[in-house]
Amino acid sequence: MFSLEGITTATQDWLLIKFNPTIALAIECVIVILLSISLFALLGLVLVLMERKVAARIQIRLGPNRVGPGGIFQTAADTLKLVMKEGLTPDTADKFLFNLAPFVVMMVAMLLLAPIAFAKNFQIWDINIGVLYISAISSLSVIGILMAGWASNNKYSLLGAMRSGAQIVSYELSAGFAVLTIVVLTGSLQISEIVAAQENGWWLFKGHIPVIIAFVLYIIAVTAETNRAPFDLAEAESELTAGFHTEYSGMKFALFFLAEYINIFIVCAIGATLFLGGWMPFHMGNWESFNHIMDYIPSSIWFMGKTFFLIFLIMWFRWTFPRLRVDQLLNLEWKYLLPISLFNLLLVTIIAIMGWHF
Amino acid sequence: MYNQTEIIKDTTELGPEGELVVNMGPQHPATHGVLHLVVTLNGETIKKIEPHLGYIHRSIEKMCESLTYRQFIYVTSRMDYLSSHINNTACALLVEKGMQIEVPERAQYVRTILNELTRIASHELWIGAMAMDLGAFTPFFYAFREREMITDIMEDTCGARLTMNYIVPGGLMYDIHPDFQNKVKAFIKQFKEKVTEYEDLVTNNVIFQSRTKGVGILSAEDAISFGCTGPVARASGVSCDIRKIAPYDVYAKVEFDEVIETAGDSFARYMVRIKEMNQSIRIIEQLIDTIPEGDFVGKTKNVLKLPKGEFYQRVETARGDFGVYIVSEGGTTPYRIKFRSPGFSNLSALSHMAEGSKIGDLMATMGTLDLVIPDIDR
Repeated sequence: MFSLEGITTATQDWLLIKFNPTIALAIECVIVILLSISLFALLGLVLVLMERKVAARIQIRLGPNRVGPGGIFQTAADTLKLVMKEGLTPDTADKFLFNLAPFVVMMVAMLLLAPIAFAKNFQIWDINIGVLYISAISSLSVIGILMAGWASNNKYSLLGAMRSGAQIVSYELSAGFAVLTIVVLTGSLQISEIVAAQENGWWLFKGHIPVIIAFVLYIIAVTAETNRAPFDLAEAESELTAGFHTEYSGMKFALFFLAEYINIFIVCAIGATLFLGGWMPFHMGNWESFNHIMDYIPSSIWFMGKTFFLIFLIMWFRWTFPRLRVDQLLNLEWKYLLPISLFNLLLVTIIAIMGWHF
Repeated sequence: MYNQTEIIKDTTELGPEGELVVNMGPQHPATHGVLHLVVTLNGETIKKIEPHLGYIHRSIEKMCESLTYRQFIYVTSRMDYLSSHINNTACALLVEKGMQIEVPERAQYVRTILNELTRIASHELWIGAMAMDLGAFTPFFYAFREREMITDIMEDTCGARLTMNYIVPGGLMYDIHPDFQNKVKAFIKQFKEKVTEYEDLVTNNVIFQSRTKGVGILSAEDAISFGCTGPVARASGVSCDIRKIAPYDVYAKVEFDEVIETAGDSFARYMVRIKEMNQSIRIIEQLIDTIPEGDFVGKTKNVLKLPKGEFYQRVETARGDFGVYIVSEGGTTPYRIKFRSPGFSNLSALSHMAEGSKIGDLMATMGTLDLVIPDIDR
């Protein structure tokens, strides 16, 4: 069927015939880099438009509908506008850090792309500590945000960055514990093995209630980690005008904006991989014919479908809930989510040891 | 007086104990206009709030001194632009009282209905704006859906959607639109159906309740001593509805309850306004079918001259007690005019209410005070 695996294998075989292995590897690297950059651009365009359309639906209005059919070129036009704007650097800012910060945030998002399995055997880097790698790298984005907040030399930016620091550091714990439940059940940190373990059923269905709790905790924690409403305190626009990116304009602002959406995509992709079976199709026990029909849907579509469903959930939150206050935010994590996730992890460990899961 | 450099120095330097001095406004998304708050912060905690005014001062009071008693009414639409109709009514009532002009019943009925519609429109806008301050964007659009119907009614009636200018001393500028009653009834029907959506989206939301309950508490004593009026004072348990205390137009004839809550926090202020909208609907329902036939404007002289003396008229706007005070020398223009705006007194309580709370609480407190800056600055 329409397998991306075939394309990658054919490309590699052809390259190995034409060139010596080192050059072939170098060419492969270039192809991967170009592909991931174009994926970034595409995701940015699609997700921004999707957010605006989802928001419009929720808010009883139409959303962008002037540029192109159904407004599909709206984000392209917006990007063009941002590119043409002057990238202003404030006079009193720490100019080196100020200009570096958007790239740090962007780079973190790019690095996170590496271990994600987009389809069957279609993965940039199947590292054997995939989940650990993701947890480690995703904590780095807070450095970019702190850098932006501090270097702007603006009080709103500083407050936003400090809030963001406190928030990301706390919610990482819950996200980490939620991810650990799946690691405990699978017994592996490797993404491909976690996906393979879900061949006869997704963890969300196989792992009883504790995994469902872990899934809910994961969604809450990553919403906070990506600074999305109702946890968007870092850029709380009615309080801190724009938080850590108050002073940014033009393309530097666009990079922050893009990184936010890429981060949402990545955390949702990881959520889909861990809890919803990644690219694995949906199978129902012994329904042979049903399972075969499901197998006919390409694995990349399964993966993207699940990811975009989770993205839709996170967008739905944003346009429904008011924002939490900073102390309520930290109370929620340290008094409720963290104890629950610790206890939940214990439960899952017992389930895994006793082999009670399906 | 400050000069430019002193202001910059004064508002950008750190406070005595390393506190952060932040200028919120005049350009800030939550101050809804050009209010300038100099907020002293200790981390996230507010230590002091100092409101600075004057960014939209248009010297309306001075301007009114050179306008005739027919003209000065229309300047007041630009003060509290969300209850412009009620402001106009106050001025017209004062001139009528001073010159003993008979106002036809029809005009009184229409004025009362339009006043209540204005109040609902103002509260609708407030729900949207306050929810936005708390980070929820969606209620804004739901509130504006109903507000749009009111502005349409206003447009049919007097040609304007925001600054009505429909009231003249002695009655109305012209008769109501023939379709007026039907449109108002259609609005009432839609409002009653859709108001539950706000309850689902805002009132019963756990995050909204935790953001507003127990936040920005104003005790009844403080409300009185700061001179707070309107929903702000009523949420603290102070009975101060001018429509009950000193009825004007046909408020004495209609049945309605004065909404009073006792908690005095932001949530109470929210509930007062939600319930007030329902009371306004109740008033309109009683009047809309019984608008009497007859003249829409009473007989007045061509040139209005207020007799020598002092005159005062107060009305209940969407924000509270609005007063007009005129000193007349017997000429065609006022000698001195003073407006008592509810927003100014309500703003004065902000510092007392928000000190010691977090920045997020300041937004909840300021949002539920329902400040309209052109009303405060005039």
